[in-house]
Amino acid sequence: MAQDAVKYKMIVMGGSAGSLDAILKIVPVLPVRSSTSFLIVIHRKNEPDSLLTELLSARTIMPVKEVEDKEPILPNHLYVAPPDYHLLMENQHWFSLDSSEKIHYSRPSIDVTFESVAETFGPACVGILLSGANADGAEGLKKIKGRKGLTVVQDPATADVQYMPQAAIDLFAVDKVLAPGAIAGLIGTLIG
Amino acid sequence: MRTEPIIVKDEDLDVLLNMLFEKYGYDFTNYAKASLKRRVNRLMVIDRLPSFAELLYKIKGEPDYLPHVVEQITVNVTEMFRDPLTFKTIREKVLPILATHPFIRVWHAGCASGEEVYSMAILLEEAGLLHKSLLYATDLNPSVIENIQKGIFPLSQMKQFSENYILSGGKKQFSDYYTAKYDWAKFDDKLKTKMIAATHNLVSDRSFNEFQIIFCRNVLIYFDKVLQDKVLNLFDESLEKLGFLVLGAKENIRFSKMAKNYLPIGRNEKIWRKML
Repeated sequence: MAQDAVKYKMIVMGGSAGSLDAILKIVPVLPVRSSTSFLIVIHRKNEPDSLLTELLSARTIMPVKEVEDKEPILPNHLYVAPPDYHLLMENQHWFSLDSSEKIHYSRPSIDVTFESVAETFGPACVGILLSGANADGAEGLKKIKGRKGLTVVQDPATADVQYMPQAAIDLFAVDKVLAPGAIAGLIGTLIG
Repeated sequence: MRTEPIIVKDEDLDVLLNMLFEKYGYDFTNYAKASLKRRVNRLMVIDRLPSFAELLYKIKGEPDYLPHVVEQITVNVTEMFRDPLTFKTIREKVLPILATHPFIRVWHAGCASGEEVYSMAILLEEAGLLHKSLLYATDLNPSVIENIQKGIFPLSQMKQFSENYILSGGKKQFSDYYTAKYDWAKFDDKLKTKMIAATHNLVSDRSFNEFQIIFCRNVLIYFDKVLQDKVLNLFDESLEKLGFLVLGAKENIRFSKMAKNYLPIGRNEKIWRKML
């Protein structure tokens, strides 16, 4: 168990349409005071004063931050990808942003961040793909698996929009397919 | 569009950057690596290059290929009135101050295809200030500079630009500013009478004038902290006292030594005023 406790340094969740429900089920039960960093990438409109960070802050005592350029990656923090930028990691200590072309009509793209997480954290990361209406995230999640990270997909039967999780299931053998409650429980056992 | 597999390794990237610098004088060594790697990867996919060695060979042997490489590995994505509330703040809080100057010099550093320069020209025109302004638009890519002089942008983007314009506090019909022809929108020549477009490399080139306002939006994100600091100092040297610096929505000057002399304007906008 002690070995498990330090194993996962980064847990990243991606989703689109319908994923907020799942996120709001998972975030309140995330272990706090862990040595893990959490990151959420969801498709959303580029609107000022986004409520997402406030919404999440009300549900965990972990500090919640929308990432700015060159933000340090700290343990026991919940980070949110800002709208209209792709979110990357320079290494295990720094985020960086990129405003290049949209991928899957999306910026942030889940694929881009998952790929960067896979590159940077390898076996020390968990990728979780939630409800959504396009295929963004499936390729990136496959890269996390390729780098020996743990891959989790929301059970399409529990997703508001099945397309995104189903795309990952169709693409490769994901490690776990779970309902949001069970995803929360899994995270607890992985790093609790 | 699917994402490409990761091919480019750190060592490969270093070799490429050394060659671009030693052979052609383009210094990308202090660019943020994560994004740069994606760009090189993308270049190889677009140009269907089977290996990294092939890319190096082509760059070395074909000098004509270089501008394309530089254009592809830098990011040139921009839009008009991007982050409209920033432009609204400029309209309401910055322009009334600039209006008191006899002459207004604006620098758009790393302006890419120039959408932002045209946005600012529209703001100045609507405030009755364009006649006494000069807008310097610079970028390291020569090809994108050409586009500024043409003033032609894809018609497909006009819906988005028009929405941004309205959110920025624009009161006119946005379509009054351009003529549509086929798939293109050509902007009113009046807007470009006060524009000067030139190549300028923020990494290697010096300050060339003093400005009342400098825009550098979503350029610093591609630099590491060392280079960010250097470029922010370049802006500091190029900005008049009480001048304004405008950065991208998620960029910040807080890590820089020059930050102590600047005060933010507004609550959420990335606009600072040079106090000392």
